Amino acid sequence: MKILRISVLTAVATAGMALVGSAHAGTTFDAVKKKGFVQCGVSTGLPGFSATDDKGAWKGIDVDACRAVAAALFGDANKVKYTPLNAKERFTALQSGEVDMLPRNTTWTYTRDTSLGLNFAGVNYYDGQGFMVTKKLGVKSAKELSGAQVCIQAGTTTELNLADYFRANKMEYKAITYDSSDETVKAFESGRCDMLTSDQSQLYALRIKLADPSSAIVLPEIISKEPLGPVVRQGDDEWFNLVRWSLFAQLNAEEAGITMKNVDEMMKSADPNVRRILGVEGVKGEFLGVDDKWAYNIIKQVGNYGEMFERNVGQGSALKISRGQNALWNKGGIQYAPPIR
Amino acid sequence: MADETSERDIPAKPRRLTDPKFRALVFQILASITVAAFLFFIVRNTLHNMELRGISTGFGFLDRVSGFGILQSLIEYDESSTYGRTFLVGLLNTLLVSALGVFFATLIGFVMGVLRLSSNWLINKLATVYIETFRNIPLLLQIFFWYFAIGFNLPSPRQSITVGESLFLNNRGLYLPAPVFEDGFMATGLAIVGSIIAVIFLARWARKRFEATGQLFHTVYASLAILIGVPTLVYVATGMPMHLDYPTLQGFNFKGGLTVIPELFALTLALSIYTGAFIAETVRSGIQSVSHGQTEAASALGLRPSWTLRLVVIPQAMRVIIPPLTSQYLNLTKNSSLAAAIGYPDLVAVFAGTTLNQTGQAVEVIAITMSVYLVLSLVISVFMNWYNAKMALRER
Repeated sequence: MKILRISVLTAVATAGMALVGSAHAGTTFDAVKKKGFVQCGVSTGLPGFSATDDKGAWKGIDVDACRAVAAALFGDANKVKYTPLNAKERFTALQSGEVDMLPRNTTWTYTRDTSLGLNFAGVNYYDGQGFMVTKKLGVKSAKELSGAQVCIQAGTTTELNLADYFRANKMEYKAITYDSSDETVKAFESGRCDMLTSDQSQLYALRIKLADPSSAIVLPEIISKEPLGPVVRQGDDEWFNLVRWSLFAQLNAEEAGITMKNVDEMMKSADPNVRRILGVEGVKGEFLGVDDKWAYNIIKQVGNYGEMFERNVGQGSALKISRGQNALWNKGGIQYAPPIR
Repeated sequence: MADETSERDIPAKPRRLTDPKFRALVFQILASITVAAFLFFIVRNTLHNMELRGISTGFGFLDRVSGFGILQSLIEYDESSTYGRTFLVGLLNTLLVSALGVFFATLIGFVMGVLRLSSNWLINKLATVYIETFRNIPLLLQIFFWYFAIGFNLPSPRQSITVGESLFLNNRGLYLPAPVFEDGFMATGLAIVGSIIAVIFLARWARKRFEATGQLFHTVYASLAILIGVPTLVYVATGMPMHLDYPTLQGFNFKGGLTVIPELFALTLALSIYTGAFIAETVRSGIQSVSHGQTEAASALGLRPSWTLRLVVIPQAMRVIIPPLTSQYLNLTKNSSLAAAIGYPDLVAVFAGTTLNQTGQAVEVIAITMSVYLVLSLVISVFMNWYNAKMALRER
C-alpha cells in the first residue's frame, strides 16, 4: 500500500512539473490561435467598461478591446471568453497565464510596466481621478475639503493620488478603504465619508448606483493622469503587436471615416490610406500573423474607436460621458495612432 | 533481534524486506524525501518562472516609501513611511481587534453560558435565542449588519450625540477626550506599576498566612486602597502633570481627542457576539460535564452556593472548556481578516491588499501574511496549552 501511495505522490509531482513546464512553452500568440478563443480578463462589473447587460452578455469598451483582437485573429469577434477579476487579482491572473489579455480599466504606470513582467499595449481611455461629494456639503472645489474623510476602493492607484494631492495642498484627510465598489458607494451614501474618489469615468457610473443620484455632484478637479489600456504578458512580441494594432486600427478607422456601416463600400474606395487600412493594397496581414482583412473584420464587427466609445460610455449609453481628451488628436483630444502603412 | 523468545516462528535470519521496523523506516525516509523534493521543486520553479517573466522578487520593497494613508494607526505613520511600516500598522490593528474580540467574546460567552443553565424560564430562553441566532448567521453578514446599521442610524458630525460637550458620537465614530501627559507624569506611572507589584506580594502573603494559620485577611480592601491611594497621592504631589485634550468640531469633522472609528466598533461587536455564542455553548457543556453529585457533596459539606460554583464546579468545568475555547480564540483571530470588507485597516486590508497591489509582490506579501497568521495562532495555542496544563487535574 505504501509503495502505491508513494508512486502516486511521485506521479503527481511529475505531472505538476510537466504542467508548469508547458505554461511557457510556446508563445501566447500560438497558444491562443490553437485553442481558438481569447481569454479576456475584465472587471467584476463597471458600467461602460466591462459589465454584463440584462441578457448576461459582456458589454463595454474594455470588452470591445478583446472582441477586436478576436476579430483580427479569428475573423469572429465572438470568440472571446471572459474572466471577471477584482483589482487585487488582476495582475496575478495575467502573470500566471489565466487570461491572455487584461483590458480592465487598468492605469498604465511605471512600476506596473517595468516590475510586474507586463506590457501595456496602448491607451483605450484617457481618464483622471476626480471627487464626488454630496450636494448638502456645499463644496465647489476640492481645495475646500481639508479634514475630509474619503471613501475609496482598495487596490487602485487612486489611493496614492489621493495621498499625493492632499499632501501637496497641505490638507488633512482620512481614507476609508473598501474591498469592492458596492461597499464604497454604500458607505458614501450612509454618510460615513464626506466624499468618494475614483477615476472620473467611474464616478459617473457609481453615481447611477446611488438611491438618489441628484444628491451628489462630481467636482471639476482632475488630480491625476490615468491612462487606461489593455495589458499583456511580457515576452511575446507577436501577441503584444496584435493587441496594440487592433486598437490602432480602430483609431485609424475613425480618422479615415470608416464605420461599421460604410466599411463594405469603403473597400472600393480610391483613397490609398483607406485601401491600406482595409488591407486592399500595400500592407499585408501576415506581418501580424493574421488574415489580410484583419482590420476590416474589426471595423465590421466591433466598429471604429468613436463608434465603440459612443455606444459604451458616450451619448449612446447611460453614462453620457463626452469625448474630451478621448477625442482624436485632430478634433481637440489626445487619441493618436501611428499610421497603417 | 534482542527479543528472541517472542519471535520463535520467524526464521533465524529474517529477510530485511519483511522486517516491519525496517520497512517502516525506509518508507518514512522515502516519503520525507518526496515531500522535500516537491517543496524544493515548487520554490525553484516559482523563482525561475518569475525571473523568466521579468517579475522582480525579493523583500527589498519593504524599504520603499508607501505613499498612501491608513485610517487608524497605533504607531506613528504617514504617507512617507515605508511598506515595512504599513505591515506593522496592519499587524497592530489586527492584534488590537483580536484582543478586544477575545476579551468581549469571553465575557459574553461566560455570562450567556451560565444564563443558558438558569432555572429562570425567561432568562434561559433569551440566552438560547441569542446563541441559536448568532451562531447560525454567517459572520460576514453580521459584520455588514452592524456596520451599516451603525452607519445609517447615527447622526452626521454636526448633529452629534454628546455627553457634556466632551464625548461625541456620530456616524464617523466615537470621540473621547484624550489624556495628554506632561513632563512630571513619569512619577505617577512608576507609582502605578509599584502599587500593582505591592498588591501581588500582599495577595501572596495573605494566602500563605491563611494556609498556615487559617486567619483571613481582607486583601480586596487593602489592594484597592493601595492601587487608588498611592498613585493619586503621587499625582497630586507632583502637581497634576496631565490634562485632557477635548475633541472639537472643525470644518466637517472633529479634531483632537481619541477616536474610536465605527469600523473597529462594528468589527469588534460582530466578532464578539458571533464567537461569544460559540463560547457560551462551550461553557454550558463544561458546566454540565461536572456531575451533580459534586454539587450535592459540596452542599452536604456546608459550602455556600457561590463557593460551590467557584471552588467545586468551575475548576472542574474549566478542564472541559479550555481546549474548545482555544479553537474559538484561533477562529476569532483568523476571522478578523474579514475586516477588509468594511474598510477596517487590518493586516489583510492594508498589507495583503493595498501594499500588494502597489508593489505587485504577490508571492512575498501573501507568504508574509500567511506566516503572521500562523505565528499568531501558534502563540495563542501555546499560551492556552500552558493554561490548560495549569488547570489540569493534579494527580497526587
